[in-house]
Amino acid sequence: MISFGPTEEQELVRETLRDFAQKEIRPLARECDETAQVPDAVLDAAWSLGLTATQIPETYGGAGEARSPVTNVLALEELAWGDAALALAILSPSSFALPILDMGTEEQKKTYLPLFTGERFHAASLALCEPSPTFDALDLRTTAEPKGDRFLLSGRKCFVVLGDRASHFLVVARASGREGFAGMDAFIVPRDAKGLEIGGTEKNLGLRGLPTSSLVLDRVEVPAASRLGGDAGIDARRLVASSRVGLAAAMLGLSRAVLEYAIPYAKDRIAFGEAIARRQTVAFWLADMRIEIDGIRWLAWQAASVLERGADATREAHLARGYAAEASMKVADDGLQVLGGHGFIREHPVELWYRAARSLGILEGTVAI
Amino acid sequence: MIDFDLTQNDRKILDTVRREALVARTYARHYDEHEHEFPPDTLPEAKDFPDTWSLFAGRTDQDTSMGVISLLMLMGQTWGDYSVRMRRNKGGLGNAALRAAGTPEQQVKWGDLTLAMAITEPGCGSDSAGVQCTAVLDGDEWVINGEKIFVTTGCRADGVVVWATLDKSAGRAGIKSFLIEKGAPGFVVAHKEKKLGIRADDTAAYVFQNCRIPRGNLLGGDESIPREGSGGFRGVMKTFNMTRPGVAAIGLGMAEAALDFTREELEKAGVEIQYGPGIHGQSAVAQKLLRLEAQFEAAKLTTLHAAWLGDQRKPNNDEASICKAKAGAAVREITQGCIELLGPMGISRDHLLEKWFRDVRITDIYEGTGQIQRLILARSILGYSSKDLK
Repeated sequence: MISFGPTEEQELVRETLRDFAQKEIRPLARECDETAQVPDAVLDAAWSLGLTATQIPETYGGAGEARSPVTNVLALEELAWGDAALALAILSPSSFALPILDMGTEEQKKTYLPLFTGERFHAASLALCEPSPTFDALDLRTTAEPKGDRFLLSGRKCFVVLGDRASHFLVVARASGREGFAGMDAFIVPRDAKGLEIGGTEKNLGLRGLPTSSLVLDRVEVPAASRLGGDAGIDARRLVASSRVGLAAAMLGLSRAVLEYAIPYAKDRIAFGEAIARRQTVAFWLADMRIEIDGIRWLAWQAASVLERGADATREAHLARGYAAEASMKVADDGLQVLGGHGFIREHPVELWYRAARSLGILEGTVAI
Repeated sequence: MIDFDLTQNDRKILDTVRREALVARTYARHYDEHEHEFPPDTLPEAKDFPDTWSLFAGRTDQDTSMGVISLLMLMGQTWGDYSVRMRRNKGGLGNAALRAAGTPEQQVKWGDLTLAMAITEPGCGSDSAGVQCTAVLDGDEWVINGEKIFVTTGCRADGVVVWATLDKSAGRAGIKSFLIEKGAPGFVVAHKEKKLGIRADDTAAYVFQNCRIPRGNLLGGDESIPREGSGGFRGVMKTFNMTRPGVAAIGLGMAEAALDFTREELEKAGVEIQYGPGIHGQSAVAQKLLRLEAQFEAAKLTTLHAAWLGDQRKPNNDEASICKAKAGAAVREITQGCIELLGPMGISRDHLLEKWFRDVRITDIYEGTGQIQRLILARSILGYSSKDLK
């Protein structure tokens, strides 16, 4: 049944997170961007909302609530409205825990899920992106070579969220001789694995408040049991789709932030004797921003709902991510133009959103829903 | 709950619509090239198909709501052809106005007729408050004088809802709607327009010269006169919240046909189109097609959302404008882009793509241009009146 109506529970999640984003995230956004740091306090405060732990079954120490990609998309929109960098930091444990929850063996679930049911934020991340101008999730250069009952992982990763403190990485690598989704595997790699070199914090255009690291894997030896899903491997389509929908949701929240900032500005800013919002040129930009935001939202919801019913969401996720990347860039671009010179000044958050929009649009695998 | 999956009952209906659409499509070129021929009310093949509306029996509240499924049906029909339908729908835009604003007596008397809607005049289009056509009460009759153009299905319709002003100096408040039957004295169908597209749907021009109609033909009855700011204009503007998503859906059905055709032809020619890879993983042509598909999907979802809100009896003024503006732009971009992707094949009249390119162009114009939709939406999100933002 086609329905655009969140459940009462989902409405409550939205309200709670909207409030959290406004009070706890937005006020920190600028400082985090300037210092390229995320305070532990905000991570712990967000952790107490149970964003990751509530979805972990009671058997593994979680709250055992429904695993809902749709709810996660609703949550991510609100958090990213506050700040996209902090939203991705807050949800980074999910990028490790949810794939294990969805695709891990019983042994893997028992070992790793309890890490995420404690009182305090626990960092662990998915490592998918690679530092190559021709990077493509389906054409990974990081390889997994079987060696007896072990695997040897070799390659480079980048944009690994909270790499400075993550206890484990879920490293996505290509099994030799297989292409595309079928060739993708994920391996649980502890931070102290031999041959794993974790680089310093990366310096990026946008999302500076999100500390990320590069990884160099030089024949990192892991036991066969660390292959996600065991011999069955993973549903790589689901893994990639989940990240793409998450990124679309982050771009959605960011776009809404831009519009909600540009509207009052345009009504207050007087030029030639009246508010610039009273000119059709400016008013139509705002209308277009509103239109595009709805487009991004419904595409993200649609893709999340496909994931929620367990079907292949490759198509819907691709459309949602592609659309969001283009539309959110346009929204941030037009939003900056509404502010004119002030849009270029770091006193206003719009230039930060402009950089973040460009960054989010090209990422892959930094979040999971 | 948030869900985008169709139920079995939904699919049954849409599959039937698709079967009919495939037949309608075989007539599409003929009626495009014979602009002044009317397609029959029922195509010969129609008698073999179940009546779509009969499939609504047995639907439950677990199925997709009425407004949403109706738009999907409309999209399915225009995927076949814009105006060749297996069975012609009774009712035009005027019927929507009648349903929204007519008195119970008027519903009974006029409900079974196909009613066109005459708003636009040679001197006023989007600025529909500038109507010059006049109505003067003379005893128990209204006397109508003026010209109307761009009246959709104006030739085929049995009657028409006409906007006329009681007092030009009163602006919008002076505008009322009148029910006028074909054959009323002084009512002349002046001519039929020749158009870029949607040629099988006729577009008429009317002249009213001292056209006298009974007093009871004022839409909404006499009561609609004394109540300032109610009835006439607002009543009809309400109609648009229902028809704008419909107009968007009509355009989107054709855009989807263009996308499907383009994809099929590209695949036949060996172009591989996949959803997985990023920009380094497939050709620019494949990426362009997927970009257009995303535009289509976004426009479709905004349209269904507007209808869904209506089904939930929630306000959908903004969303009706959002979907109309989005779809109006998307269908243009999609059909223009599809022609680019297929090259000479795209403009050949051996195929329907060039026709869809022409047919969809009206989407961003009728029922309020894209610019008017943005104006309505901008006023709403800024909290501005029509005086604040002109």
